[in-house]
Amino acid sequence: MERKNKTTGKVAGIVANLVTVKVDGPVAQNEICFIYHNDERLMAEVIKVIGVNAYVQVFESTRGVRVGSDVEFEGHMLEVTLGPGILSRNYDGLQNDLDKMDGVFLTRGEYTDPLNREVKWEFKPLAKAGETVSAGSWLGEVMENSIPHRIMVPFKMEKRYEVKSVVDEGEYTVDETIAVVVDEDGKEIPLTMVQKWPVKMPVKVYKHKPRPFKLLETGVRCIDTLNPITEGGTGFIPGPFGTGKTVLQHAISKQAEADIVIIAACGERANEVVEIFTEFPELDDPRTGRKLIERTTIIANTSNMPVAAREASVYTAMTLAEYYRTMGLKVLLMADSTSRWAQALREMSNRLEELPGPDAFPMDLSAVISNFYARAGFVYLPNGETGSITFIGTVSPAGGNLKEPVTESTRKAARCFYGLSQARADSKRYPAIDPIDSYSKYLEYPEVQENLVEVVGEEWLGEVLKAKDVLLRGKEAMEQINILGDDGVPISFHDRFWKSELVDFVILQQDAFDSIDASTPMKRQKYMLAKVLKVADSEFEFAHFEEVSGFFKEIINFFKQMNYSEFESEEFKKHENRLEDLIKERRN
Amino acid sequence: MESQAFQKIYTKLNNITKATVTLKAADVGYDEIATVHGRMAQVVKLMGDEVTLQVFSGTEGIPTNAEVTFMGRPPQLKVSDDLGGRFFNAFGDPIDGGPHVEGEVRDIGSPSVNPVRRKQPSQLIATGIAGIDLNNSLVSGQKIPFFADPDQPYNQVMASVALRAKADKIILGGMGLTNDDYLFFKNIFENAGELDRIVSFVNTTDDPPVERLLVPDMALTAAEYFAVDKNESVLVLLTDMTLFADALSIVSNRMDQIPSKDSMPGSLYSDLARIYEKAVQFPSGGSITIIAVTTLSGGDITHAIPDNTGYITEGQLFLRRDTDIGKVIVDPFRSLSRLKQLVIGKQTREDHPQVMNAAIRLYADAANARTKLENGFDLTDYDERTLEFAKSYSDKLLAIDVNVDTDTMLNIAWELFSKHFNKAEVGVKGEFTEKYWQK
Repeated sequence: MERKNKTTGKVAGIVANLVTVKVDGPVAQNEICFIYHNDERLMAEVIKVIGVNAYVQVFESTRGVRVGSDVEFEGHMLEVTLGPGILSRNYDGLQNDLDKMDGVFLTRGEYTDPLNREVKWEFKPLAKAGETVSAGSWLGEVMENSIPHRIMVPFKMEKRYEVKSVVDEGEYTVDETIAVVVDEDGKEIPLTMVQKWPVKMPVKVYKHKPRPFKLLETGVRCIDTLNPITEGGTGFIPGPFGTGKTVLQHAISKQAEADIVIIAACGERANEVVEIFTEFPELDDPRTGRKLIERTTIIANTSNMPVAAREASVYTAMTLAEYYRTMGLKVLLMADSTSRWAQALREMSNRLEELPGPDAFPMDLSAVISNFYARAGFVYLPNGETGSITFIGTVSPAGGNLKEPVTESTRKAARCFYGLSQARADSKRYPAIDPIDSYSKYLEYPEVQENLVEVVGEEWLGEVLKAKDVLLRGKEAMEQINILGDDGVPISFHDRFWKSELVDFVILQQDAFDSIDASTPMKRQKYMLAKVLKVADSEFEFAHFEEVSGFFKEIINFFKQMNYSEFESEEFKKHENRLEDLIKERRN
Repeated sequence: MESQAFQKIYTKLNNITKATVTLKAADVGYDEIATVHGRMAQVVKLMGDEVTLQVFSGTEGIPTNAEVTFMGRPPQLKVSDDLGGRFFNAFGDPIDGGPHVEGEVRDIGSPSVNPVRRKQPSQLIATGIAGIDLNNSLVSGQKIPFFADPDQPYNQVMASVALRAKADKIILGGMGLTNDDYLFFKNIFENAGELDRIVSFVNTTDDPPVERLLVPDMALTAAEYFAVDKNESVLVLLTDMTLFADALSIVSNRMDQIPSKDSMPGSLYSDLARIYEKAVQFPSGGSITIIAVTTLSGGDITHAIPDNTGYITEGQLFLRRDTDIGKVIVDPFRSLSRLKQLVIGKQTREDHPQVMNAAIRLYADAANARTKLENGFDLTDYDERTLEFAKSYSDKLLAIDVNVDTDTMLNIAWELFSKHFNKAEVGVKGEFTEKYWQK
């Protein structure tokens, strides 16, 4: 898209944030332009071209803009700026640093630098003169908070280059030259720590992308135990409002075994973003002993911010994730909610007067979602290192109906499904992930099974399947009890139902607000599951159905006390012993 | 309506539809307002030198040679302390017979607050209604609607909430209010002797429906003046947001847009969010709290309007008629305040969270017992006791005519626990049971 002369144009028409621009030269699809209005420059993106008319979606309000206003085209697509200093920042959907903006209200046409140009970074060279490098090769590194941030050959440089020189270890700003490389024609190219990349293009400078095979621990039992997600895996959490999507997402982002966490708050409540802003700087990071915010970047495009920038926000977040993945890091990307992104697509498609698909969403919705999820994954880098992006998106199904287009399209793209159930949320069983409808396709991958055997243990898979079985049989028993009445079924039905309640209360339900119960390491999950299954396997003597619930309520109480105690502590063992005694008394 | 002498007057309309007129005009800004044949209109489309105007009150009787004057500005409101005690229409013109308000001119529909400049809400709003204060506490800076069927007394409940909440200002945005309801609000505010801290923007069923699209922005512009410039706590009442959304669908239909779910425009979520997200706690102390009404049709919350609203607001309050006691109650199961965790047990008594949960759990047991009864199964002694508890709980706490402070609510709950259950059945933490159990 490199051009000698800038293409310019004049505004010819306006409907809401869709502006028609009459252009005097070449323009590209998705090219960025600025509309000049009084003293303001409004950023916009080309989304359709017909003849000399470019249709652009404006990332701001178009109030007051006039026909005839000047427009300048930038010659590139929407890009993010990549370099050290992205972590702990709060960006909007276009990567403007929100903290750098003046005033309480967002000012139209104000764009702020995502990086800090004055800060000096302690640079350590990794490449040597004479080495051959290509896009994504590591030239050196700086410590960004506690993360080794690799300075790479810019992703846009498509050829092979020879390193002519790399600067010595020392302090440099992001704009200083840190290396010079020579291309095949002998042309010298100076490189800094900063590069740019168009957000809608996937970064593909890895060697290959195998199927994800390694367990990613989240500390959330009903994910790790029943339906685990993998490093580089994809999952989605659909749920009606009020079922705890956001609490679950926050829990995962706090606890998951990732180097970097990127949160895209896409078209959601501002007060929830404020909660992250307020909480994360206070939260200790169990992995590094520092603060969680130090390895987190937040992209905040709340529901009242301009809708076109909302669409951009998920791409901005994904591109930042890809940048860190190419440094050999494990990135966790959370997007809340992808439905708002889909709605942004719908609003634009509607203004463009495209023929609509189901529920007025654009016809290519499914393809757009699939392409986006496909950017996640586990990769081998050319230097043999590995990196990953694990992506979990929430979906807010209209009317709680899981057959609506966004949920359906996402189901095709994501490999893990964590469906939140209204009934579970109503009875305060949190996290409200439905244990029977939810699934993880990764459990079927032989390479994942192998990894689970290695990490958790030989017998683990069998136990997981057994737990699922207990839940299913319990549900069936409950349905029978509801139809026939408490005394209309054999006592064994009550026994079966309460065994599933045991799994539910002890393994599935987890108190996200308790300091110990909130996060359970794999070792502890294994221990507790084995213990619960031992009870489920036992046969008990009951004279009357009312005894069943009494007995199980009592043992569930001891199990819960164990969940609330430090693993293998005195307290933990005390409850465990009481529990064992109780079980012994009853056992056949 | 003011007009300025140097403004150009156009007199040739090319097209007239039910809601819009189109003419050729130069140097017109998007969103600008104009008068067409003396009626208020707004620019909704510019294409070359053709300007399309949406006429708020409809185009009935407008001739092709109607006079069109552009005002060169978006819709505005003059803000000052003189707004207090006044009633206005959707355009900000007085409807109470008083003079025009002088003050600083502000464009309505201002930009969003920078999310990093917000403060986390933390101030409890006490309403005296236990169904709210005990189970679904409100916090300043929150946005929450009543989900109610049209026959329920939501306006009455909202009016008492407004008067009891210790807000510095109350701003009423009435959309499609019947004249009776408008007079109800006017009377109740006047009788309370609190008129000075109340500002009202009202579109009644007598007015053209499309005009009501301006009401929330007018109300919130006034709210922002008091919250930002004066650091006041402002409570905004919006009733009924379903009628606002209906007006959106009328406009989008007349503009030939493709409807999405339930004939609503595809942008419904953004349109509603733009309004509700004005609820904010500023670090300087000012705040805007929004309590709205979304009427349901036959209790259906999967309809696009309540559904999108639920995803935006921080909870919802359900009203329900309890036939056991013959009163309207705040439904403890379906109601939710997402921000209550920020205040309960912190600004209220320590036992609040546990008492709240225990009472709701026992109330749920009563619901199960009732199902059993209806299906012809025998009730246990525990079942019988839960049913008795539920009746008193409903009457003494959930009913909307309750007006007591939070400590009293908690004491009443303990009284009911002690009367109907033993300590283990209530299952509240030992230290609280020791302290509050009533022998």
